[in-house]
Amino acid sequence: MKKQVVIVDYGMGNVFSVSRALEFCGAEAVLSADAAVIEAAQYLILPGVGAFPDGMQELSGRGLVEPLRRYARSGKPFLGICLGMQMFFQSTEEFGFHEGLGILPGMVKQIPDRKADGSLRRIPHIGWNRLLYGAAKDGAIATALGDNFWGYFVHSFAAETAKPEHRLAYCDYDGFEVTAVVGSENILGCQFHPEKSGLAGLKLLARFLGEETTANPAFQTELAARK
Amino acid sequence: MIRLIARLDIKGENLIKGVHLEGLRVMGDPQAFSQKYYLDGADELIYIDSVASLYGRNNLTEIVRRTAKDIFVPLTVGGGVRSVEDVRHLLASGADKVAINTAAVKNPGLISEVSRRFGSQCMVLSVEAKQAAPGKWEAYTDNGREKTGLDVVEWVREAVKLGAGEVLLTSVDKEGTKKGFDIPLLSAISELVNVPVIASGGMGNLDHLFDAVEKGHANAVAMASVLHYGQLTLPQIRSACRERNMVLRDYEKTSSHC
Repeated sequence: MKKQVVIVDYGMGNVFSVSRALEFCGAEAVLSADAAVIEAAQYLILPGVGAFPDGMQELSGRGLVEPLRRYARSGKPFLGICLGMQMFFQSTEEFGFHEGLGILPGMVKQIPDRKADGSLRRIPHIGWNRLLYGAAKDGAIATALGDNFWGYFVHSFAAETAKPEHRLAYCDYDGFEVTAVVGSENILGCQFHPEKSGLAGLKLLARFLGEETTANPAFQTELAARK
Repeated sequence: MIRLIARLDIKGENLIKGVHLEGLRVMGDPQAFSQKYYLDGADELIYIDSVASLYGRNNLTEIVRRTAKDIFVPLTVGGGVRSVEDVRHLLASGADKVAINTAAVKNPGLISEVSRRFGSQCMVLSVEAKQAAPGKWEAYTDNGREKTGLDVVEWVREAVKLGAGEVLLTSVDKEGTKKGFDIPLLSAISELVNVPVIASGGMGNLDHLFDAVEKGHANAVAMASVLHYGQLTLPQIRSACRERNMVLRDYEKTSSHC
């Protein structure tokens, strides 16, 4: 029996790629903007590409803000990707002050466009970056993803968790610590795109589904093709 | 951090390769090539529909959909992208970014529209540059056939102000020649803007890549002929870059952990 994952389809996500990545991991992906389907999900993903205020507007226009908050409290696995993860937080300063879902305490702020030495930092942060774990180095995520996990990032804003223990991984972008993975209990969020981070990203999705990648034939085929 | 990008120019259903973006030769099924490059560790793929602007259409959606199905790295798609609606279609088909040249030249407002709607990271300005005089380049469209009268430096500066989040900088003079990237062009643009710049056109050997990064300050390097003809493979390129102490995605180790 395939695990069914509901992907919130609110017009702001690369839902095609996320669905394909889940299928690769052996799950069945269901796109929905229906509150009842979302709340009944066993696994839920909030994807997202674009601006935070637009994202919140699209969610609230579909009556999904409260259902998503309720789902978050349900204890069932909930993954936010990129903008989806950013909207887990209380607020953003993108295009003025805007409220988020408030599932995790903290806010989303612009990546500083100057480095410590005053020179320009390229914004958006586009490209691959290696995860670092800092204080969370002994946690479950650090253990699962390992020391050579590279994620693909594209963003101009980054989350600042109010509770340090919610930051499970970060990456160093020209001297700025970009929050890369956040989580608390059933909530998991990643700033990078696991659906675009090659096998490493697929591994994160498999973990979210509670799957062992070693048992998955698709992973085996893919690894064999690389040899 | 350097990104190694495989660039596939598409005509109809085929991967093609030309010289100076012209004299196109059919190479085969783009999907077979892109699958190989993905498995070999390409950090990104770029698909350009090379004739879309000429015929005023965009037929990439289907190819993108097929490609994106099994490739889990970022995909940039360009050629004949004219409107926010075209962008929406491509993104829904699995593209992560769109590269726009002709339509942006005709209507620079499109750059702002796309970047406002989908984020600047999605809006790649594609520039076809031909040298006009030492240190001066003119922007072209339609595979280097049509002059725009725009100075490349001025045009890139304006486009980035309007919201372009990345620049795909193709030297028409160097494209397909395997004689190396246009380094003065690359440096001029990398120094000008603080968005990432992708060097494209001219890679024939590893030194060309090193020059693009070390002298041209490119953030990413797009490769076509050198890969399509099997002259170099991505694993070879990756290990040569590592020996040169360039920072690359640690692709091999990541995959062996799975």
